[in-house]
Amino acid sequence: MSSRDKIMTAIKANQPALLQLPDVQMERQLPEPSAILPQFVKTLESIGGKAVVINDVAGIRDTLEQSRNGQQYIVNTLPYLGTVNTEVISGMHAGSLEPVFTAYIEATLGVAENGSVWLYEHQLKNRLLPFICQHLVICLHAHTIVPTMHEAYEKIDIAREGYGVFLAGPSKTADIEQSLVIGAHGARSLLVYLITG
Amino acid sequence: MDPKKFITLYRTPNPGATVSHSKAAELFIQDEPRTDWHDETLWFVREKRDRAVQQVAEWEQLRELASQIKDHTLSNLHAYLTQFEQQAQANGIKVHWAADALEHNNIILQLIKEHQVQRVVKSKSMLTEECHLNDFLIEQGVEVVDTDLGERIVQLRQEAPSHIVLPAIHLKKQDVSETFHQHLGTEKGNNDPQYLTEAARLHLRDKFIQSQLAITGVNFAIAETGGFVVCTNEGNADMGAHAADIHIACMGIEKIIPKAEHLGVFLRLLARSATGQPITTYSSHFQRPREGQEMHIVIVDNGRTKQLGRPDFRNSLKCIRCAACFNTCPVYRRSGGHSYHTAIAGPIGSILSPNLDMKANADLPFASTLCGSCSNVCPVKIDIHVQLWKWRQVLTAEGYVPTGKKVAMKGMAFVLAHPAIYRLAGKMGRWVMRVMPFVTNNKTFNPWYKQRDMPAAPKQSFRDWYLKNKQ
Repeated sequence: MSSRDKIMTAIKANQPALLQLPDVQMERQLPEPSAILPQFVKTLESIGGKAVVINDVAGIRDTLEQSRNGQQYIVNTLPYLGTVNTEVISGMHAGSLEPVFTAYIEATLGVAENGSVWLYEHQLKNRLLPFICQHLVICLHAHTIVPTMHEAYEKIDIAREGYGVFLAGPSKTADIEQSLVIGAHGARSLLVYLITG
Repeated sequence: MDPKKFITLYRTPNPGATVSHSKAAELFIQDEPRTDWHDETLWFVREKRDRAVQQVAEWEQLRELASQIKDHTLSNLHAYLTQFEQQAQANGIKVHWAADALEHNNIILQLIKEHQVQRVVKSKSMLTEECHLNDFLIEQGVEVVDTDLGERIVQLRQEAPSHIVLPAIHLKKQDVSETFHQHLGTEKGNNDPQYLTEAARLHLRDKFIQSQLAITGVNFAIAETGGFVVCTNEGNADMGAHAADIHIACMGIEKIIPKAEHLGVFLRLLARSATGQPITTYSSHFQRPREGQEMHIVIVDNGRTKQLGRPDFRNSLKCIRCAACFNTCPVYRRSGGHSYHTAIAGPIGSILSPNLDMKANADLPFASTLCGSCSNVCPVKIDIHVQLWKWRQVLTAEGYVPTGKKVAMKGMAFVLAHPAIYRLAGKMGRWVMRVMPFVTNNKTFNPWYKQRDMPAAPKQSFRDWYLKNKQ
């Protein structure tokens, strides 16, 4: 008998009588719509991220253009922020992405309770991009922010694309004496532009 | 490798060691300031957990939901694993099944050999610790680089992780500094965590970029979609998995959850329970391999089906590995993870490990005060302290408990069952402590005194006081 069949036979023999699957809908108090954006900003800042509420993308575009005048490799994935770096594609090797200093990516939605944003694979262009860049800038339409993870999972479809991630703040570790250090393996900083316009 | 040799080599993290929890703990607490630091630091994490939990009004509802979802899943595990396998295969993921640790390791070794891989990176997976994958691969000549900072630190020191979420919590920054100085060439005596983390970042970036194969764990596998979720704060699982041409994810059979919507429940609970964060920095949802990549899942039993068949201990399989029970446990905090001599320490480890090997782990269910704090913080409501108590009975019945302990327990049961004798013993005890303190303040006769001070003996028992003072 194969290991698969051996395991499955043992499970069948040992699993208890069927218990009911509960409904995840539960009665709970949701925040006022006006409180959602401030909660997202406060939570994001508490986990080491930075939030800027902006009503016009022109401001982001200017910052991006200015940073491009320097020596650093800036990757933009968003047409509304100017020239898009079309060289960043799924098959690109880690070695070619390693020099990326800042990456600009749009998120699908934000979650107020934990300051995270959901990113689909198509928004990343390359799965490595939000991790390997030194600094990450996320553009998020403020109206997409939902109160909790339950609403987030109602809105996204995790099976739609090959990969997706809830990303909350910059990469961090506290593995040395519980001292918080920002910038473990992923991005050293996270800036979220909350577009209200 | 010969299965017999594998078992003798790798069944316990300290091969051949027969040191019990209490003996190992005795060594750990010799350094009193360090023990206090360990205790206070983990309690600090427990307090962070409390603050995070208090922000969520429906916390108790979430725990109940999570518990019921897991109970249901275990009761329908056959169907969910079947569904998961079908969906994962439809997604282009290759699914492997391993009955035990050796088969798990051999599957991975086979993949490494088939693809002639030289460089392997691994993110944190307690399952691969349980299977002793690293030692196994190194013996076969394959270099594995652990990429979680804490795991890398202990790997360089040739130690095992002492905590499932905070692998290097037994170390001070001076220790890490010394290790990095030796292995990564950092400045001697520079103990700054920021500096040391930066050194590890640079060292490991190199490893990520050059790696050909990445191994990760699995936090949740979703039957409905055939995908899986991996949570990290550092981003190391993603750096590894997205850079390498081959991604192998290893999971125990109990990692299954039925639907995507259940992730909402578990991701709200996991990081808050673990570190007091509202969510881990990265909660990565792997659905299909990227273009040109190979993705494998190894589904492992290694004793889990046996545990599933033990009604009293079955629900230990609900564990989501948050380590809240570690951080709150008065015994874990004061004895350190290595004292548990198993891959998974702490209260949950003490109810999982006897299932794997009763004889080797018979001491662990006794490494508890049965205070119940573990059960109170558990996000999936495992009755950990009840199972510790039940394991004690099973182990005693099976003859795995030393005679001394058995006799002492019987003696104690006798005293507690006879009030007159109990009162007399109390009176004698108080008299001895007052008149002849050298008898109790004595490390040879009284093991309790070894690392503790005896309390001042009261003049009367509570019962005497009560009888005198009641109206």
